[in-house]
Amino acid sequence: MNIHLILQMAADSMPDREAVICGSQRLTYQDLSDAVNSLADKLEGTKKLAYLAETGTAAPVAMFAAALRGIPYVPINYRLAEDQITSLLKRVSPALLISDDAPEVEGITKISPVQVFSPGKSWDGFAPDEEGNIAIELFTSGTTGDPKSAILRHDNLMAYILGTIEFMSAKESQSTLVSVPPYHIAGISAILSSVYAGRRMVQLPNFSPEAWLKLAKQENVSQAFLVPTMLQRIIEFTASNNETLDLPAMQAIAYGGGKMPHSVIEQAMTLMPHVNFTNAYGLTETSSTICLLDPDDHRDAFQSEDPAVRARLSSVGRPLPAVEVEIRDDDNAPCGAGDAGYVFVRGEQVSGEYHGSGSLLDENGWFPTRDRGYLDDAGYLFLDGRADDVIVRGGENISPGEIEDVLIEMSDIKDVAAVAVADDEWGEAVGVVIVPADMTTPPEIEAIKSHVKNQLRSSRVPTKVKFMEELPYNETGKLLRRVLRDVFST
Amino acid sequence: MVQIKAGTKLFSAVCDTQIMVLRVPADDLDVTCGGLPMQTEEAAEKSSMLGDAGEGSLVGKRYVDEAETMEFLCTRGGEGNISVNGVALEIKQAKRLPSSD
Repeated sequence: MNIHLILQMAADSMPDREAVICGSQRLTYQDLSDAVNSLADKLEGTKKLAYLAETGTAAPVAMFAAALRGIPYVPINYRLAEDQITSLLKRVSPALLISDDAPEVEGITKISPVQVFSPGKSWDGFAPDEEGNIAIELFTSGTTGDPKSAILRHDNLMAYILGTIEFMSAKESQSTLVSVPPYHIAGISAILSSVYAGRRMVQLPNFSPEAWLKLAKQENVSQAFLVPTMLQRIIEFTASNNETLDLPAMQAIAYGGGKMPHSVIEQAMTLMPHVNFTNAYGLTETSSTICLLDPDDHRDAFQSEDPAVRARLSSVGRPLPAVEVEIRDDDNAPCGAGDAGYVFVRGEQVSGEYHGSGSLLDENGWFPTRDRGYLDDAGYLFLDGRADDVIVRGGENISPGEIEDVLIEMSDIKDVAAVAVADDEWGEAVGVVIVPADMTTPPEIEAIKSHVKNQLRSSRVPTKVKFMEELPYNETGKLLRRVLRDVFST
Repeated sequence: MVQIKAGTKLFSAVCDTQIMVLRVPADDLDVTCGGLPMQTEEAAEKSSMLGDAGEGSLVGKRYVDEAETMEFLCTRGGEGNISVNGVALEIKQAKRLPSSD
């Protein structure tokens, strides 16, 4: 199956419905389909179609045109430094690149996002339907090392869409505000899901709380996807401007892409009681969402007196109907409810495959996400950081999350991260980086240590503490722990 | 009768209906629409429907047999009913999930 089918069905069934809006540009599904056929004609002999630009109407056109010609679509992070972009483009070459501003690389031919819409012939061929064809190659964010090129096949993406979305299920009045970048898996799945559901996409190229709120009101947006830091910034922005979060048309907000602080989601639910919140957990390698904490789960947890139910607001919910999740211990044996281990996932949407290193699926199709976590007795998944981030102190595994959760409760701490630091006695020990609420009066180091000791135990007590004005996050809100480890090692 | 597998596109001989095979058992299947066998290519001219047309097919719906041993996605709707081995397929009722992206 080819993902172009999604656009074909939408253009056949609702040609005049608006598909995508960006600035002054507005395209219907028929316009989108026409632009795709026209770009496809320019792709004769092209091996890959790369995209290095902000989000815009050219992004969905490029994705579906590549699919129509049966070549991979490769969106690249335009925020990277020039030498990083050059090195990624060398890995993608030979390719046609959609970009206004890219370094010269051998084998890369450029056209601008505007030229994507330049008039031309329309390609009248059919989308190829060969089994195992690659739809998208996506560089992972590389928070733990060099970016890896994840392979998503048409079959993976179609399994995700058919398993989660009902065709044309959106009303014509509904729209979704897309503020995630085009090179992020959430940016890819936003296009596929919205087109299949028939939900208008309102694209916001550069996120700021102000621009997001303005666009949401202006276009009467009914849905949105946000990474946690975006939601946090929207709430802070309205509070600091003495405004209320007045979005009467907003029906649903989904969030994911990083850990949502408990306080932020509780504030959001209090400020926008009419909005349905959904937490989506997924990875690039799993074609987006694999677990959901749905709106009912949110409300049940928010209102419950039962600590176990209330805690679920910090979980990522339960697996999708077509996805299985299993937790395994260090010896690869399944863990019982409540026992933390490594998160494994299985399902048709799971690719688990990279250029160069091949498939990471085991013989039974399970993919090691390298996330740590546990399932509660009702099957809700609680995440506990990346396996690579675990601090191994004298053979004991310590999750940074448990220390961070305890320290963030201190009123004079605004943000905190725990990482492994080298230790002569234990091999590794706990280092914490603290963002004080007030930089001029940071908390006492002894108070920090005794708080951890009282709440947890002595092995968790940080041996090193540093204060910073802010923690390093990437643009989708992922904490760059690698940078913090470097802070301690220099 | 044609050999079909996941990904095969089938066209109605009597109406606009198009379906895609999502999964089928290994057995030979007689897939019909409006009473006539479905084809792997779109016919230039459509034939008349045989017998009772039923409710027709709806784009975007997934069609299954009663035991859910097979599943088809309707990629274009039409007037003809889809049947396999003489038994009309049913629309699969899927659980509605909240939008997550």
